[in-house]
Amino acid sequence: MAVSDIQNNKLLTFVNGIHPKDYKELSNNCKIQRMPFVEEYTLPLGQHIGAPSKSIVQKGQYVKRGELIADSVGFVSVSLHSPVDGIVSDIGIFDTPKGDVLPGIKIKTDRFSTQQFHQKAVDFESLDVNGFIKSIQNAGIVGLGGAAFPSHVKFAIPEGKNCKYLMLNGCECEPFLTADDRTMVEYPKQIIDGLLIVNHFLKAEKIYIAIESNKPKAIEVLSKYAEESNSNIEVVTLKVKYPQGAEKMMISAILGNEVPSGKLPIDLGVIVANVGTIKAISEYFRTGMPLIERIVTITGTSINNPTNVLVPIGTPMDEILEFCGGIKDNTARILLGGPMMGAVQKNLNVPVVKGTSGLLVLSSNEVKDFDQYNCIKCGKCLDACPLFLNPSRMGLLAKKGLWDEMLDFHVMDCFECGSCSYVCPSGIPLVQSFRVAKGILREKSIRDQNK
Amino acid sequence: MSDKNKALIISTSPFIKDKDTTPGMMYQVIYTLIPIQLVSFYYFGLSSLLISVTAILACVLAEIVFNKSKTGIKSLSDGSAIITGMLLAFTLPPGFPLWMVFIGGIVAIGMGKAMWGGLGQNIFNPALLGRAFLQAAFPTAITTWSNPNGMYANLRGANGAFPFMQGLNVDGITSATPLSKMKFDHIGTNIIDLLLGNTSGSIGETCAFLIIIAGIYLWAKKIINWRIPISILLTVSIFSGIFYLLDPNIYPSPIFMICSGGLLLGAVFMATDLVTSPLTSKGIWVFGIGIGVFVVLIRNWGGLPEGVMYAILLMNAATPLINRYSKMRTYGYKNGMK
Repeated sequence: MAVSDIQNNKLLTFVNGIHPKDYKELSNNCKIQRMPFVEEYTLPLGQHIGAPSKSIVQKGQYVKRGELIADSVGFVSVSLHSPVDGIVSDIGIFDTPKGDVLPGIKIKTDRFSTQQFHQKAVDFESLDVNGFIKSIQNAGIVGLGGAAFPSHVKFAIPEGKNCKYLMLNGCECEPFLTADDRTMVEYPKQIIDGLLIVNHFLKAEKIYIAIESNKPKAIEVLSKYAEESNSNIEVVTLKVKYPQGAEKMMISAILGNEVPSGKLPIDLGVIVANVGTIKAISEYFRTGMPLIERIVTITGTSINNPTNVLVPIGTPMDEILEFCGGIKDNTARILLGGPMMGAVQKNLNVPVVKGTSGLLVLSSNEVKDFDQYNCIKCGKCLDACPLFLNPSRMGLLAKKGLWDEMLDFHVMDCFECGSCSYVCPSGIPLVQSFRVAKGILREKSIRDQNK
Repeated sequence: MSDKNKALIISTSPFIKDKDTTPGMMYQVIYTLIPIQLVSFYYFGLSSLLISVTAILACVLAEIVFNKSKTGIKSLSDGSAIITGMLLAFTLPPGFPLWMVFIGGIVAIGMGKAMWGGLGQNIFNPALLGRAFLQAAFPTAITTWSNPNGMYANLRGANGAFPFMQGLNVDGITSATPLSKMKFDHIGTNIIDLLLGNTSGSIGETCAFLIIIAGIYLWAKKIINWRIPISILLTVSIFSGIFYLLDPNIYPSPIFMICSGGLLLGAVFMATDLVTSPLTSKGIWVFGIGIGVFVVLIRNWGGLPEGVMYAILLMNAATPLINRYSKMRTYGYKNGMK
């Protein structure tokens, strides 16, 4: 499994993994629609990983679309901009999609504004690497795949390391989600442009665009534009398998080697970026528009009109569901993100944030309650785990609360893709218990450090 | 939103699940056992049905009694007790007294499974443990074999024996199994008869052809790991083949070895028991090769004509050890452990 296999027409992939039904047909032919502006937007200050931004506006202040409303605090932090022309109506704490409450800013849309955008393009060629990193931080750009890790931190290559490969993650291995697919089909120019802008600073030898084979249109369009760009960009087709889009799995599929435990892709000379992120970077440098809107898949078997929507960040979920025709009566769960790793919502009053890749409405046909049985040691979870962990054993240890023993089984390496729980015939909540274990162990190690 | 007040249920990801369930897998195994039961009825008549029904009843009863105190986990509906009962019955001679079958079933579930903590916790295959108990307790009855022919309605041997009695052999026709003919008299058996099951032997082990089909079906359904039967059969053919080549007059041929006795039944249905076989592929090869070696050792040089049961039980005992030493390397690590 490496790039050399491409010549043999073999689809690249990683070892193990699962094959859930992908349900992409619900929305992969739906053109991206722009969501009309709504009355009010809620912008939590901590939408990204790292220090929450600091509000610089006052209640009652008029802000323009794209205007800075909260500044970054420290290096691992990004700025936040207003998605609309409007008035700051409230500064307080509000519900967020993660289920907690965080400080945020509410902006009431100016009904009489045309919502024109008035920023200027940024001349990236005059910037040096530090200037580039600073501008991305100022543009509020984070990884749009779901984790919302500040992109500029990723692009700031540590001393002594260099970037050999820049990879665009267009795998979108989560079932149901099609936002990245549609972005690649509808914005191929911006994606190639964004990649070339980033690589102007990173100077990678090779740029790979990795796409799973269930997105033939995206592969075709991007291959065409990549060829026309006359650069070192190559489109590689990966096998449809979950979690192919996990950074480590994608790198293993393309390069054939593993990211060492506890290390980052940059240790292998790799930087991975998401489709939406690269598009946002291109847009920022070409039009000056910071990250104030994103493409979200609204799908599921229980929504009336599944589609892909371009929504301003901060749009309340219930408004979006209404825009897509509302939910059906047999709705069982409403999630932000995909069905494998998404977060369930208890409340429809939360806004879309930068890390929201999809809004998924599942019916009771998909979400079933399973009876739980004893582990029968069938080994299905071992064949599913992309990290070759032993979920079966760790599940038994977790049940007994033997957290420290789980460390020996490398529970901290688990990135919670959920493949083990998906395949378990006994319906054992494996990944769920590893999440608990990781939390307890993390807390414990912090406590031990403070002793 | 029209129904803003509708309650939303919360839980953690993943929200979708594969359709395979533990009871589903168990029932698949039961379905593949039914044709074998029917062929057995063709050869051994009513006796084979009575033995199976008795064994299943005993196992289900034991499951109910021993798991009475447990709540929350449904131990009966998973179907594993039925499999244990059927497999136990398949390893018994057609003329075996029913009261002994009943005791065997109770022991299989009680000592083979419930004692260890129920489904998934046992070290030994319950059906084989039950049979091992019967072999130790009733050595004569378990080695009295009936002919495969006769009227369907006629009982074979001493099925109806009164509890704690050996009972009379009703039809009185007994014959040696192909393996004992080979072991004690060095007389081979027609391979076609072995494949079709037209020989004396335990009620479910004689029809090699059907067991192979069942194995392929279970493999296709991803319920058994192909490495287990293949590693056992390969080891048996290679190991016994060496001795066959050295002296074909004394040692049986590999094909005879594979098609006779309980080897196929054991390799397809018992060694593949998920609970008592190793987890990793590496471990499974060790497990299968171990069973193969023990089978040939016991059959060729042991005191008994058949050794599949002991071979599997011995390797069951070694499984926790195999699991310990066949740990997989975690992604991103150089060796298995830090």
